Amino acid sequence: MRIRPRASVARAIAAAALVLLVVAVVAMSVGDRATNPAELVRALFGSGEENVVYAVREVRLPRVVLAVVVGAAFGIAGGISQGVLRNPLASPDVLGVSAGASVAAVGVMAIGALGGPIGLVPIPVAALVGGFGAAALIAALGFGAGFRGRSLLLVGIALSTALTGITQYLLTRMDVAGAQSAASWLTGSLNARGWDDAAPVLIGVAVVVPIVLILGHSARALIFEDDLTRNWGINGSAVRVALLACSVSLAALATSAGGPIGFVALVSGQVARRTARVADIPPILSGLIGAIIVLVADTASRTVFPVQLPVGVLTAIVGAPYLLYLLQRPRRGRGAL
Amino acid sequence: MSLYPDSRLNGEGLRLSYGERNVVENLSVGFPDGKITVIVGANACGKSTALRAFSRLMKPEGGVVTLDGKSIADRPSREVAKTLGLLPQSPIAPEGLSVRDLVARGRHPHQSWWKQWSDDDRIAVDAALEATGMIELAERDVDELSGGQRQRAWIAMAVAQETDLLLLDEPTTYLDIAHQLDVLDLVARLNRQHGRTIVMVLHDLNLAIRYADHIVAMRGGRLIVEGPPKEIITREFLAEVFGVAGEVVMDPIMGHPVVLPHSTIAR
Repeated sequence: MRIRPRASVARAIAAAALVLLVVAVVAMSVGDRATNPAELVRALFGSGEENVVYAVREVRLPRVVLAVVVGAAFGIAGGISQGVLRNPLASPDVLGVSAGASVAAVGVMAIGALGGPIGLVPIPVAALVGGFGAAALIAALGFGAGFRGRSLLLVGIALSTALTGITQYLLTRMDVAGAQSAASWLTGSLNARGWDDAAPVLIGVAVVVPIVLILGHSARALIFEDDLTRNWGINGSAVRVALLACSVSLAALATSAGGPIGFVALVSGQVARRTARVADIPPILSGLIGAIIVLVADTASRTVFPVQLPVGVLTAIVGAPYLLYLLQRPRRGRGAL
Repeated sequence: MSLYPDSRLNGEGLRLSYGERNVVENLSVGFPDGKITVIVGANACGKSTALRAFSRLMKPEGGVVTLDGKSIADRPSREVAKTLGLLPQSPIAPEGLSVRDLVARGRHPHQSWWKQWSDDDRIAVDAALEATGMIELAERDVDELSGGQRQRAWIAMAVAQETDLLLLDEPTTYLDIAHQLDVLDLVARLNRQHGRTIVMVLHDLNLAIRYADHIVAMRGGRLIVEGPPKEIITREFLAEVFGVAGEVVMDPIMGHPVVLPHSTIAR
């Protein structure tokens, strides 16, 4: 057999892109007024019934784009950090980025409810600052660990738990309406969001993807110990720091736009690795899988149920069964796990 | 500058330490080109540390490592990686990594982010699998292999790097005697048939004698003696390098010395 070693990754990326396209078409066709494909295409170009054009262009398209970029950002972020830290649990939400974003967002909601200037801070901005703040804190505390291994993960989990405690406390101090809207944000929701929320994430993805592609060649070598990679001329620590910065930036941006949508960052990389049957986590494939999970979950959350559910409720229901299936699959040949 | 006219890799006055602890002192040594050099010595004599310095995993506190006459620290790391390969002791392969994928990773220094897979890479990977007898096992996962097969897979990866010099840190660790011979025969073949210069650290003195053209013996971080095994392996060598009393006899079939350790010498 004379095969290119990573042909399976290219095939999986093509397949995932196709699935994403199909899901996106379905997502833009379903809703209060379902459209057939011909209607959909016409509506996208602005012709056809006025209410259909409105539903497709003003409601569904921005929401689909938002779901795709938020899912892709979580997927890439999780795939990168799990790969860099060589630990399937090391996704940015587990490391504390989500907890930082949450405590800042809920803090602004709680303090803002009392009046004063804090209440004027937009929630996405608060979440972004909180996410980066937590990341900076983890970096500072984890610096001694050389940005790798379990110590950084433990630092993240400890910080995460502490910040979640503060968030819980804030929730108990809020009135019922405030606490309910905070809880909805904490689940992760794309309801009533659109282009303005998608744009920063889209920019983040557009900046990070080229970096990931350039560093990818060295990053794939990080599955080995540094002794080996240093002989190849790779500065492992520098690559790790750069990639982790990309990861937490994407996670913070995505959390700011959609709330801390659970499970996507954790599961996408694992699904990607096992689907492509490789030993490392292909970040682009991980991003496509994250996009599929969030888009399927969000579309189901707004169409299948009588009330709009927050997307975070469904991401685990969409993602977990497939991961469990992959984990159960018997090893054969160059099988995964 | 070279200690040997035909040595491409040399250390001159190396001082190596982990923090405050000096591990190697004033080590000046070279490795004859096209030969197998084995570094031997008791535990903690600094032999693996020296190998780390020669493969630039460790920066000397004093002295310099030169490759082809130029300081290894001043040369572009990618260029060095095309000349000097390293197989660390007991490397770990992540689960789900196939032998072919592992071997392909050895091509890393020959690739770049925009040119990640070429015909040269394919040819080198196939040749490395062939040379190590791993063609049949190429699609298997590394973590499913036996210890001996796994070590051959790792050596195949180092072979695919296509370096003139190959450094191996205890390549026979955890292997039974048959697989030790198997791995060292493979290393010898890489030397004889493919002309690679080999520098390795081995624990087993008799295996070192059998496979080495040149032995470098260290004790307490210093070079004690170096030379061809037939010339340097004596009772005095055993006493001075390992602190062991014993006999040195000739293997009548293989034609090289064999050490028979009898007791440790109280110091």
